[in-house]
Amino acid sequence: MANNYEFTPEDLKEIETIKAKFPEVMPATLPTLWVAQRRFGHVEPEVQHLVAETLDLPVSHVHGVATFYTQYYKEKMGKYVLDVCTTTSCQLCGGYDMLHYLEEKLGIKAGETTKDGMFSIQSVECLGACGYAPMMQITNDVYVNNLTEEKLDEVIESLKADKMPEFESVGMPQHTERS
Amino acid sequence: MSFDWKSYTPVIIPDIPNLHEIDVYTKNGGYDSLKKVLSNDWDPEKVINEVKAANIRGRGGAGFNAGLKWSFMPKPDGGPRYLACNGDESEPGTFKDRKIFEYNPHLFIEGALIAAYAMQCSAIYVYIRGEYYSWIKMMEKALKDAYDKGFIGKNILGSGFDVEFHVTGGAGAYICGEETSMLESLEGKRGYPRVKPPFPAQKGLWGRPTTINNIETLSCVPLVIKNGADWFSGIGAETHPGPVLYGISGHVNRPGVYELPTGMPIETLINEVAGGMRNGKKLKGLIPGGSSTPILTAEMVKGTNMDADSLREAGSMMGTAGMIVMDEDTDMVEMLWRISHFYHHESCGQCTPCREGTGWLEKILLKIRNGDGEIRDLELLIDLCSQMEGRTICALADAAAWPVRYTIDRFRDEFEARCKKSTYALA
Repeated sequence: MANNYEFTPEDLKEIETIKAKFPEVMPATLPTLWVAQRRFGHVEPEVQHLVAETLDLPVSHVHGVATFYTQYYKEKMGKYVLDVCTTTSCQLCGGYDMLHYLEEKLGIKAGETTKDGMFSIQSVECLGACGYAPMMQITNDVYVNNLTEEKLDEVIESLKADKMPEFESVGMPQHTERS
Repeated sequence: MSFDWKSYTPVIIPDIPNLHEIDVYTKNGGYDSLKKVLSNDWDPEKVINEVKAANIRGRGGAGFNAGLKWSFMPKPDGGPRYLACNGDESEPGTFKDRKIFEYNPHLFIEGALIAAYAMQCSAIYVYIRGEYYSWIKMMEKALKDAYDKGFIGKNILGSGFDVEFHVTGGAGAYICGEETSMLESLEGKRGYPRVKPPFPAQKGLWGRPTTINNIETLSCVPLVIKNGADWFSGIGAETHPGPVLYGISGHVNRPGVYELPTGMPIETLINEVAGGMRNGKKLKGLIPGGSSTPILTAEMVKGTNMDADSLREAGSMMGTAGMIVMDEDTDMVEMLWRISHFYHHESCGQCTPCREGTGWLEKILLKIRNGDGEIRDLELLIDLCSQMEGRTICALADAAAWPVRYTIDRFRDEFEARCKKSTYALA
């Protein structure tokens, strides 16, 4: 079956590096799906086929894995996926307010993508940034902490100009206090 | 007697600028513990005994003595043996291990190497949740530096000890924090927890002996080797000793990760360490160690310390020491519904009581939240919990049931008030 998707030589090299970490090929499934998603923006069935072919594993196995883990996009998403955390600590600190503000601002609901294909919004489970609530993650990459409406405005503007926010290191309060 | 927490000097994440860089780490005595155990007078058994004596109780939630866990590994038979480091950190309220990846990754790497030496492992895998993409990259860099300096690989520091060390990421699944589910995920499969026995020490990764430890637990190991088991077991609570990373979140003025001895009074942690309640509000409830640990009321928090014994007496558990603080305005029904939604979403679906039970817990709580609940629904929820607890392969069903059971029990008035259509209690 002809496949519209193809790994670049760099991707294939990276996949070889991944395979070398393990005594078997199957453990390369998750990392290779990541390589695919970062290359194509999603892991639709055709991409799952490509991953299975590349690793010489059954498509059913790759499909099973791709559908088990929430971070793999099983369909095309917006260029920037805004994962707003709404689990306990974020819920307590206004995570839903941030989610609703984004929904209103972008004119879509959680789970939808804007017509221009720029943004998707998702309400997600705990991202492990509870002390910096409310927060969100952009396209499985950068965390944006301590969200406010103003901060969201800035982030959206910056993303519209294709600029990802920088990684923001949150210090240890004990350290800052002493220095 | 109150402990002067301000005078405590952090050792897991000390206040040293750029400690994540390997040169800074080695300049500050880093990798000296590894050198010490790889020198002639420390055989693997001596390392295990020292760590056992220190009584490092697993920081991932179970609180089991790490050295004792290591001693369960069978004798080497010449085949591969593994150490799998659990950096999944997915329990809501928990955000401590990422601080180690960011600020002191080499302490963890050194601890894992010492553990691997003690258990004669041939390879180490650190599994980090997929969302922590930024931190996975940090660990990849730290591991590369450690390889380059000869702390990992063949014939480490001329000792004849070989070990490989790899980092691998998840892709969004709470269940992969459960140790056997993590092994499945590491093997490239869906994260379905395994039936025990066989325990991982007998049959772990690829059917070979494997030990799973939390990142913070392993980070304590070089400190034990450096300062001795007595030093470690002399810090904090007697039966649950050592420094610990408290993750404090929710309605406090200064949320964050704080390193302090175990056994800290909860009230001190909230009112002093974390800068007190936000907006001068009163405390209503506290989840002490991640969302699955039973919630404590403000009354129960009084006089309770953050260690296994004190928390058990109070009616909860230490878990991951990820404390979620809730003020007097918190809607407990809304809060509990969201927790139940989480567990429903994260159930792997393998066992019926969990797959179906978590769904029903959420549905019934949603009904109550929306004002359509009846008093008998509360009994139904408790009954449902009893049918989930202890009836599944892993503890996710228990983790989902406990918040429901204890939040309803401890804030019952609030739930009853929501059940407007109340008629008869079913019981």
